[in-house]
Amino acid sequence: MERLRSLTQKRIFWPIMALVVLMGFNLFFTPNFFRLEIKDGHLYGNLIDIIKNSAPIMVLAIGLTLVIATKGIDISVGSVVAISAGVAAMLIGNGVKGDPTHPIFVAVGAALLVSLLAGLWNGMLVSRIGMQPIIATLILLVAGRGIAMVTTNAAIVWLYVRPFAYLGQGYLLGLPFSIYIVILLLVFTHLATRYTALGLFIESVGINNTAARYTGINAKNILLGVYTFCGFTAGVAGLIVCSTVMSADGNNAGNGYEMSAILAVVMGGTSLSGGKFYLFGSIIGALIVQTLTTTIYAFGVPPEIAQIVIALVVIGISLIQSDKFRALFYGIAGKKAVQP
Amino acid sequence: MTKSNLINPRHVSMFVTLGLFILLFGTGSVLFYGFFSLQNFWNLFIDNSYLLIMAVGMTFVIISGGIDLSVGSVLALSTMMTSALLEKAGLPPPVVIFLVLLMGTVFGFSMGYIIQTFSLPPFIITLAGLYLARGLCYVISLDTIGITNPFWHVMARTKIRFFGLFFISPSVVIALAMVAIGMFLSRYSRFGRNIFAIGGNEQSALLMGLPVALTKISIYAFNGFCSALGGIVFTFYTLSGYALNGKNMEMDVIASVVIGGTLLTGGVGGVLGTVFAVLVYGTIQVLIVFQGTLNAWWTRIAIGFLFFLVTTLQRIFENRGTGVKQLEK
Repeated sequence: MERLRSLTQKRIFWPIMALVVLMGFNLFFTPNFFRLEIKDGHLYGNLIDIIKNSAPIMVLAIGLTLVIATKGIDISVGSVVAISAGVAAMLIGNGVKGDPTHPIFVAVGAALLVSLLAGLWNGMLVSRIGMQPIIATLILLVAGRGIAMVTTNAAIVWLYVRPFAYLGQGYLLGLPFSIYIVILLLVFTHLATRYTALGLFIESVGINNTAARYTGINAKNILLGVYTFCGFTAGVAGLIVCSTVMSADGNNAGNGYEMSAILAVVMGGTSLSGGKFYLFGSIIGALIVQTLTTTIYAFGVPPEIAQIVIALVVIGISLIQSDKFRALFYGIAGKKAVQP
Repeated sequence: MTKSNLINPRHVSMFVTLGLFILLFGTGSVLFYGFFSLQNFWNLFIDNSYLLIMAVGMTFVIISGGIDLSVGSVLALSTMMTSALLEKAGLPPPVVIFLVLLMGTVFGFSMGYIIQTFSLPPFIITLAGLYLARGLCYVISLDTIGITNPFWHVMARTKIRFFGLFFISPSVVIALAMVAIGMFLSRYSRFGRNIFAIGGNEQSALLMGLPVALTKISIYAFNGFCSALGGIVFTFYTLSGYALNGKNMEMDVIASVVIGGTLLTGGVGGVLGTVFAVLVYGTIQVLIVFQGTLNAWWTRIAIGFLFFLVTTLQRIFENRGTGVKQLEK
């Protein structure tokens, strides 16, 4: 019992529980939800689709987790996704014969560089000018769509260069290639934040910026760094999106991604008021969002109305994570209230 | 009072916004023939009255240190509900208006209740509200519903003339009334003072014995009311309800409030600044129309750049303002 209680008080416990409940629901109510098939040496099935479709959100969530840990927020990531996709698509070109106008690695590099600069811009505004993060990134949210549309000459650019499709559609060892990108980024970020003092620095900036500065942490550069990294992850997500649909749509690419990614981070247990962050929690959060969407579609609910279900589940999951609600719940159940 | 304190540093942002409006309007007047007229000034109100109404409600939310992302969707839901109740249910206009306003208020109240009672982040709960309201629109109808009700057509066409100099629409009267109510509430009412106290420091407000919970819930209810009213006014323009109305409008509303000098950290701000910001917003759009050759997508970049300029200026003035304060201490 004691062990159970200490387990339920771990922050990561609740997101995992939510995912397990969702999966359990599918086990009983959605036929063939867990069925995996092997076709042409690749795995196919709902689970693989969930992982594949949530890859861009997972990548975004990794960057956003660090930003949110510093008590910040980046609402421009959706627009940066569109810019990154636009830059890559314009450089690869839409030759029907399938020859890229620039080598693919040049296009990918340029897209990542531009995204890095976008992140650097956000970071400069937040750390050097001292703007509130939501305002600083609102600027790029608004202007970024315009930049993306100007990059692609206000048209959807279709791509026919097959090698580029590997990024978002390819398979490696039976699994979608994009998931390896997520794992690589996750491992890199985990090592960088948990096996060096960097994670501690980020958390202390989020808990108390002034105190962190007085202990000798260069808070400004920490902020600059996390926003730049977040821009980079948005660039990676943009490349995956562009490669998956083999087109760049400045108007719609990444539209609303900022909301999904922030939702994923928060559901993963990282608080919007900064401080402790949970990288794995954010990945679980992204999986929850995608599993939910897949489940709703599996039931034949039209996408427009699916939003209602998502909204209700978001409220439900937030309530489960609220200490006050849990106290109330435990109170009703006649047990001792949760110890603070 | 020393000379340097002639303008309260807290109000500097508002004057920056006012200055920016005069600058933009002046630039347009110099550059384009026919830009400078009393009517063109009032057109800014006519074209943006729904934005103004919503921005008044949002000002209160942001002063209290919260945020409401659902306003664009609630506007859409109101337009859908208005047109469906009028056309499909055939209810008389006063009943429709009452029901829609009630819906908005209850919607805001519910979000406020959840945020306050379970101390959840407003960002997440109102984000859920955004999805919920947008989804409910599609439950009503997937298509546009036109409004044929005569009262709505009268409201759309009526011009209230002032000595033959200029005219305004009934929507402007509603918007200005909301601004007046907002200014009164924020400056002269106990409710307004409580909001500033909560935004300044919620813990202190609680310890002072202020009704924090009631005030916070009321703010969201009031904002829901404003969004619903904005939706009704929106139907006076479009004479239809459509589920995609007001998409991403929450960002326009928040941007207006912030450009008007209300800090997202709470505790500082005012309705008057928001009014100037909405005027700035309208002027930019009119300028782009008058200019005529720019790609419509450059508008977004221009607005983004302007947003950057204003917020940076505010930072500089704010730093100077607090600098003065510290020196006096």
